[in-house]
Amino acid sequence: MNTNNHINRVIYMILFMFFTVSAAKAAPTAEEMWQTIQEQQKVIEELQEQLDATAEAVESGAGGATGNWADKTQMGGYGELHYKFGDGTDQVDFHRYVLYIGHDYTDNIHFFSEWELEHSLAGEGKEGEVELEQAWIEIDLSENHHFRAGLDILPVGMLNVTHEPNTFYGVERNEVEKRIIPSTWWEAGFGFNGEVAPGVNYDIVLHSGLETSSNIRSGRQKVAEANAEYPAATGRLRYTGVPGLELSASYQFQSNIGGELVSGNDAHLFTTHVDYKHSSGLGFRALYAGWDMNKNLSADGKDSEGWYVEPAYRWTVGNSNTDVGVYIRYEDIDRGFTGSRNEEERTSTGFNIWPHPKVVFKGTFESVKDVDDNTTTDNFYLGVGYSF
Amino acid sequence: MTKLTLYIFLFLLTQSWSLHSYAKGTYLEPEKFLSDVFNNNPPNPKKLWLKKELKKEIKKILGDEFKPLRLRYWDDGSKKAWILERIGRDKPITTGYVTSKGKILDVKVLVFRESRGWEVRYPFFTEQFADASLKADTKLDRKIDGISGATLSVDALIKLARLALFLDQYIDNKN
Repeated sequence: MNTNNHINRVIYMILFMFFTVSAAKAAPTAEEMWQTIQEQQKVIEELQEQLDATAEAVESGAGGATGNWADKTQMGGYGELHYKFGDGTDQVDFHRYVLYIGHDYTDNIHFFSEWELEHSLAGEGKEGEVELEQAWIEIDLSENHHFRAGLDILPVGMLNVTHEPNTFYGVERNEVEKRIIPSTWWEAGFGFNGEVAPGVNYDIVLHSGLETSSNIRSGRQKVAEANAEYPAATGRLRYTGVPGLELSASYQFQSNIGGELVSGNDAHLFTTHVDYKHSSGLGFRALYAGWDMNKNLSADGKDSEGWYVEPAYRWTVGNSNTDVGVYIRYEDIDRGFTGSRNEEERTSTGFNIWPHPKVVFKGTFESVKDVDDNTTTDNFYLGVGYSF
Repeated sequence: MTKLTLYIFLFLLTQSWSLHSYAKGTYLEPEKFLSDVFNNNPPNPKKLWLKKELKKEIKKILGDEFKPLRLRYWDDGSKKAWILERIGRDKPITTGYVTSKGKILDVKVLVFRESRGWEVRYPFFTEQFADASLKADTKLDRKIDGISGATLSVDALIKLARLALFLDQYIDNKN
């Protein structure tokens, strides 16, 4: 036992001495402490850099060649379903399904396209059509001036340029911008657009023309092996220098709207409009469009014209994100002849409900008066539309 | 088209290529924006890591997921500067916001990449945000008049203004 106790004491003493010496050796000097802190600071900074780099990689989709291409390519679209009822010929129609694809080749060279399926079903003898409505290249010449070439919608009227269903009232588009301005109206050509002063914008385009002997709308060749012997030009000035306000005027010259069908029918189209949306919710739109042709067409007269006014009010429902709007529109279309449907007065009223700014449910009641025949037809419409 | 048309096209195309090319709509470099805000002496940026709960609140404001994991901001103790991005129609708009004590002091569109709606960069539009603050439901305390044909760009700037104000309050409460 004594021997064991002695051995234990020796072991304890050795251990005590070892730890004492080790502790004495481990105790850093102030200089060593400073060096250690600096080394740790360096590690912290390196870790921070690695964390930032990781976060950036995650935020940018982890990189890779396809990610780069995808970053430069945009996709969007819109669509609208219409239901017409009340006159004994109830009809439902997925009127438009549209996809956009855009791509940036560089910071200043861009591509944009719009592809549309109308009336759900296209093909021989079917109701619908597949249409390419936009496919153009734009080059930024400076911050404020751009050159554009390709197939593009023309800068005339309101709906021809902006026609996503969540941006206008009425299930169907108004008739003035359908028959006098044959929206949606696109041609092949090139031109310039931009801004000459704050809120003062311009467009000037040289493009292919209409070809018709009957009515304006049927003159759209849709850039499908189109006759390009008779060019046309369009210019537009637009003022948006006051929030909520757009004032616009456009002029177009067609060297021969008759194309190969009728010779010597040069034509001029003038349009002007105001679009004002006040932050109180009050809105007002008005548009005029009129032609001055050398000769009458068989269905549309050489002085065909139309105009409309559309006051509206939009508000948010309580604390929700849902907006509701109501409107009333009066349209007058005069094709310059006498006889059925040559002068029409259209009064429509209805509502839009936006559960999201890009989703809309619509209702429209429309009364159409044939001035020459003195007859009136009533139509009801419901619709749903979206854009993204 | 006639030969004349073709000649005009080729002439204009040649002229357009001979001009110096610019990036579309870089109206104010972010460095210049910060320099202007902080009298040529911007503070070092701070980072706000966007944790799950914070992202949930941001989603309520924007209506969709906010992808960045963290946000840089500049704070000199009296005001904060934020550089935020959001897609209008199909391309991001880079916007600078200056906030202080729950109010917007200034808004500047730094880079605009959309093909229309560039009017949002002008003072006649951005001045509407001056002194704007958030209501309890995180909406602005005022209506902002839009720009015709630029609804989505306007909407993007309004949402970013709400986000900047929300984050301004979040940082103040955190401190």
